[in-house]
Amino acid sequence: MNLSMKWLADYTKIETTPKEFADKMTMSGSKVEGYEIEGEEISKVVVGKILSIEQHPNADKLVVCMVDVGADSPLQICTGATNLNVNDYVPVALDGSTLPGGKKIRKGKLRGMESNGMLCSLSELNLTVHDFPNGIEDGIYVLENEAPLGQDIREILGLNDVSVEFEITSNRPDCLSVIGLAREAAATYGTELTLHEPIVEECAGDDIHNYLSVTVENPQLCPHYIARVVKNIKIEPSPRWMRERLRASGVRPINNIVDITNYVMLEYGQPMHAFDLKYMKGGKIIVRNAKEGESITTLDGETRTLSPEMLVIADEEKPSAVAGVMGGEYSGIMDDTNTIVFESACFHGPSVRRTAQKLGMRTESSGRYEKGLDHNTTLPAVMRACELVQMLGAGEVVSGIIDVNNANTQPVVLKLETDWINRFLDINLSRDEMVAILEKIGFTVDGEDNIHVPSFRSDIEHKADIAEEIARFYGYDRIPVTQTRGSAQGHLTPSQKFERKVNQTMVALGCYEIMTYSFISPKYYDKIAMPADDSRRNSVVIRNPLGEDTSIMRTTMIPSMLETLSKNYNNRNAAAKLFEIGNIYLPRKTGELPVEEPTLAVGMYGEDADFFTLKGMVEQLLTACGVDGVEYTAQKENPTFHPGRCADVSIGTEPLGVIGEVHPVVLENYSIGTRAYVAILDIPAMMEHANLDKQYTPLPKYPATSRDLALLCDEELPVGEIEKTIRGAVKNHLESVKLFDVYRGAQVEPGKKSVAYTITMRSADSTLTDEEADNAVKKILKSLEKIGVSLRM
Amino acid sequence: MKTALENIKSTALSALEHVQDLKELDALRVKFLGKKGELTAILKQMGSLSAEERPVIGQIANEVRSAIEQSVAQNVERLKKAALEAKLQGETLDVTMPGKHHELGKQHPINLVLDEIKEIFLGMGFDLAQGPEVEYDYYNFEALNIPKDHPARDTQDTFYITDDIVLRTQTSNVQIHVMENQKPPIRVLAPGRVYRSDAVDATHSPLFHQIEGLVVDKGVTMADLKGTLETVAKRLYGDDAQVRFRPHHFPFTEPSAEMDIMCFHCHGEGCRLCKGEGWIEILGCGMVHPKVLKTCGIDPEIYSGFAFGIGLERIVMRRFNIDDLRLLVDNDLRFLDQF
Repeated sequence: MNLSMKWLADYTKIETTPKEFADKMTMSGSKVEGYEIEGEEISKVVVGKILSIEQHPNADKLVVCMVDVGADSPLQICTGATNLNVNDYVPVALDGSTLPGGKKIRKGKLRGMESNGMLCSLSELNLTVHDFPNGIEDGIYVLENEAPLGQDIREILGLNDVSVEFEITSNRPDCLSVIGLAREAAATYGTELTLHEPIVEECAGDDIHNYLSVTVENPQLCPHYIARVVKNIKIEPSPRWMRERLRASGVRPINNIVDITNYVMLEYGQPMHAFDLKYMKGGKIIVRNAKEGESITTLDGETRTLSPEMLVIADEEKPSAVAGVMGGEYSGIMDDTNTIVFESACFHGPSVRRTAQKLGMRTESSGRYEKGLDHNTTLPAVMRACELVQMLGAGEVVSGIIDVNNANTQPVVLKLETDWINRFLDINLSRDEMVAILEKIGFTVDGEDNIHVPSFRSDIEHKADIAEEIARFYGYDRIPVTQTRGSAQGHLTPSQKFERKVNQTMVALGCYEIMTYSFISPKYYDKIAMPADDSRRNSVVIRNPLGEDTSIMRTTMIPSMLETLSKNYNNRNAAAKLFEIGNIYLPRKTGELPVEEPTLAVGMYGEDADFFTLKGMVEQLLTACGVDGVEYTAQKENPTFHPGRCADVSIGTEPLGVIGEVHPVVLENYSIGTRAYVAILDIPAMMEHANLDKQYTPLPKYPATSRDLALLCDEELPVGEIEKTIRGAVKNHLESVKLFDVYRGAQVEPGKKSVAYTITMRSADSTLTDEEADNAVKKILKSLEKIGVSLRM
Repeated sequence: MKTALENIKSTALSALEHVQDLKELDALRVKFLGKKGELTAILKQMGSLSAEERPVIGQIANEVRSAIEQSVAQNVERLKKAALEAKLQGETLDVTMPGKHHELGKQHPINLVLDEIKEIFLGMGFDLAQGPEVEYDYYNFEALNIPKDHPARDTQDTFYITDDIVLRTQTSNVQIHVMENQKPPIRVLAPGRVYRSDAVDATHSPLFHQIEGLVVDKGVTMADLKGTLETVAKRLYGDDAQVRFRPHHFPFTEPSAEMDIMCFHCHGEGCRLCKGEGWIEILGCGMVHPKVLKTCGIDPEIYSGFAFGIGLERIVMRRFNIDDLRLLVDNDLRFLDQF
C-alpha cells in the first residue's frame, strides 16, 4: 500500500519528515518499506517559453530554439522534437540539472551549435500521458497553461508529494486504505482524526428501480451488495489533484469514472466496480455461482473458463464480472458510456481467494477481499463515489440505493482486563490510559469495562489481541527487559549427542560436511542403477513440486552424495572427501507420515581415495562411536557398486549400511571421470549398538609376547575369516591380531596366497612363558587348519 | 730430565690445542701418555736418578701428565662441541618454507553457526527438540491458528504430499508436538529444515533452516521475551549489538513482533546493506497465542509463554558475508574450505 502524504493530510495533520514518519509508523505496527519523495531526482528543471524555432544549419532533424527561462538573456537549446510552437511553455533542464534515473544534463554543442540544456518530454520526467492527458508520448511536454518563467517545474507539475510504501500484514486489511492508515497515524502521533461523511445530492424525479434490479442468489458468498446508478455520464480525464493522488499511490489514472472507483478503493479500502448499464441485459444484476462450462472474457482480454464454485456478477444471460476479482470486457467504461452502476459489495474472502488462485489472477481487488473486508464500509464507499461524481461533474446520481444486506456479523465485545494485560506485558498502565489508547483506534469502552470492537477490526477476538493494541501504542520499546525466571537445565537428547559425535569424528577424519536437498528426482534411482523392483523406489511424492528434479523425498542418500562428488569433480577439485548427515524419508501406509531416518553418507574420490581408505574411515568412525563387532561381507549384487568392491556392513544379523567403489556405469551417469567411493550408514542402527560408556583399563605391567605367522590359503578365502578364526581360537591373553602382508606370486603355488600376521599376547598377571605362547599358536593353527589354512613352510 | 719433561709438556699442549679431529687427538694422547709414549719413556729413566732428585722429578712428571690429561679432556670437549656445531649448521632449514599439512575436515558453515546458537540456548537452559519435516496439515497450520483459507497460508507457498500432509513450512510445528507431550515449564529450541515452494535464486531456496524456540511457564511476560532474545543477540553479535522489537503479525502469537538488529555497517543511518532502514530483521517472535495453548491442552489462564523463529541461512550469510544462498547447497570444496 502506497500512501500519499498529501492525501493523509485530509484526515490528520502530521508535521514530520518522511524518515521520522516511516520510523514511528513502523514502531507502532504499520511497517514502512520505504518512501519516495516525488521529483527528488529532478533538479534545476524550470519553466521556459519558446521564443523562436530555427532549422539547425547542420542537421535536418534538429531545430534550434531560443528559450526564455526568466533569466537575463534567453538560452539557445537544440532539440529533435517536432511538436513545438513559438510561445509554448515547456520544462527546461538547465545546464547542471538532474533528471530521474540520475541522468545529468550539461551544456554542449550539437552538430556545431551551442545547446545550453534540454527541453523535456513527459517520460524524461518519469511521467506518462496518463498523468498529463494533454501531453503526447513522443515529444516535448507543452504545459497546459502559462506559468511563471524560471519556476521549478516540480511546483508546476505538482511533483511535491511523498509516497510512503507500507507492508500491511494479512490481519489488517483495514490498513489497506488512506483512512485506515490515517487512524493508525493519528493514534501514533496523538493527532486529531477528521473523518468525512460523504454528501450526495440525488437528481429528483428518477429512481434506481427504473434502471436496475439486483438478485443475490448466494448470500453466503456475497453477504452484502450495494448498487447505485449514475446517468448522463461524461467520460473525461479526472482532475489533476485526483490524478496526482492516484499517481502517488501507484495507480495509473484512466478516466474520471475508473479513477473514482480506484480513488474510493484506496481511500476506504473497499474495492468498487463500475458497470456500463447498457451491457447489463434486462437491467439485471444477478450475483450467482458460475454455471458449469461458462466462460468470461475479462478486462485483460483473456477468456477464462469458470467453475461452479466461483461467484460471478451476471445479467440475464452471461457473467459480466468474476465477483471481487475482475470485470468482464463489456462491463468496462468506454467513451460512449452513458449510464453506470457502481457496485460496492462484500464477498466471502476465502471464496475470492480460491477463485483468484484458480484463475491465476490476483488483483488489487481480490487481494483485499481475501483478507476479509468489513461489510459496513460498502455504504460509505458507494456514497463517496457518488459524491466524487458530483464533485467532478461526471454525471447525475439517480436517487435510491439497492442494498442487499445478508451480513450477519455480531459485534465483538471483550472485557478490559487491566491487571492481566499489565502482567502479561510487564507494564503498569491505568485503566484510563488503556481506554485512551483503545479509543484512539476506534474502540469504545463502556462504564462496565466492556470493549466494543469496531467492525473493521475483525482480527480482534481475544484479550491477547487487546494486549497487542495496548503494547503497540504504549511502545514495544518501553516494555522492560527481564530474564525468564526459574532455573532450567538445557541438554541434548542421546540421539542428538550421538549425531554430534558422528559429525565431529567425520570432521576429525578429514571429511568436509555437505548439505544437500532432501528432495530428488525419481530418475535419480535409475541414475544409481537401483533395480526396478526395489522397494526404495517407493517414495513420498510432492504433489506440487517446483520441478521434476525436486519432486520426491529421497529414500537414499546416494544420489545427493554422487551429485555433489560430480559437481566437485567437474569444478576441477582434484580430490574430495565429503560427508553428510541427512534424513531419508521412508513411506508408510497412505495417510501416515513417513519415517524420517538420519543417515550418514560418506563419499570420496582423488589420489588418496580407495576402498580401504574409505573402509578405514568407517572402521575408525565406528570405533570412535563405540560400535564394536562390525562385520564386512562382500556384496556382489548391489548394482550401484563395483561387484568386486562392495561390502555390506552389519552387526550380527542387523544391517548397518554399505560401503564400496561406485560402479563405472553409475560414475558415467554422474559424469565422474575417476573412481569414486561411497559409504552409507544407518545412524539409529549404529546408535543402537554403540557403547560410549568408557571404562579405564590398567596399563599393562608385564611385557607382551608376539609371534609372526606366515600362512597359506586359497585365494578366495577372505582374510576376515582367518582373523575371526584366530580370535575364536585363543580367548585369553590375545591382545591383537595384525595382518602385515598378503603375497601372491612366484613363491606361492597358483590359486593360493600367503598371508602373514603378527599375533600379540599378554597376560595381566604375569609374563607369558614361551611355552604358553607356543601353545596358543598351536591352538590357532589347529583351528585354521579346519578352514584350509596352513602354516607356510 | 726436567727440561725433557718441560719439553714434552709444551710440545704436547701446543699439539693438542691445534688438533682438528678426535682421531688425531687420540693419536697424540697415545704418543704422549701411552705405555709406549714419550712420558712413559722418560719415567722409565727415573731409576737412574738420585734419591733427592727422584721425588722432585716425580712430582714434575706427575704435573706434566696431569696437565696433558687435562688438555686432552678439554680438547675432546672442544672438538665435540665443534663437531656438534658443524652438524647443526649443516642441518639448517629454511623456516619460511611451508609446513606439512594434515587433512582436516570441516563442518558446513550452516552447522558451524547452528552449533554456536545451540550453545547459547543450552546455556540458557533450553532443551533441544525436533519434529517431523513431513507433517500433518494440523501441526503445520491448524493448531497454530492458521485454519484452511487463512490468508497467511498464501505467503507460505506450501508443498503438499496429500490434502492433509505437507512439507512443513515452518519449525513451529514442533511447538505443538512439545506442548502436547510435555507439561510446563517448557524451554525448548528446535532447529530444522523447512520447505516453501520458492524458486531458487540468490536469496530464495525451496529448502532452508529455521530455529524455533518456545518457553511456557507460569507468569512468562513479554518482558521475558525481550530479555531472552536481546541476550541471544548480544551473544551472537557482541555486547554492543542493539536490537529493537517491532510489531508484526503471526497467527500463532499475540502480541507478535519482529526483532531487528541495528545495521552493523551504517549503525542505524541507513545504507545499501540494510536497504536504507538502518535495521536488519533477525527473527520473528511473540507471546504464544492463548488459542494455541488451549489447543494443546495448556490452560492459558494459568500459563503464558513466548515463541520465536530464526532464519538460520540469513544469519549464516551475514556472518560470513555470503551473497548467494545457492553456495550453501552447491557444496563446492573451494567454498566449504573457507570456514
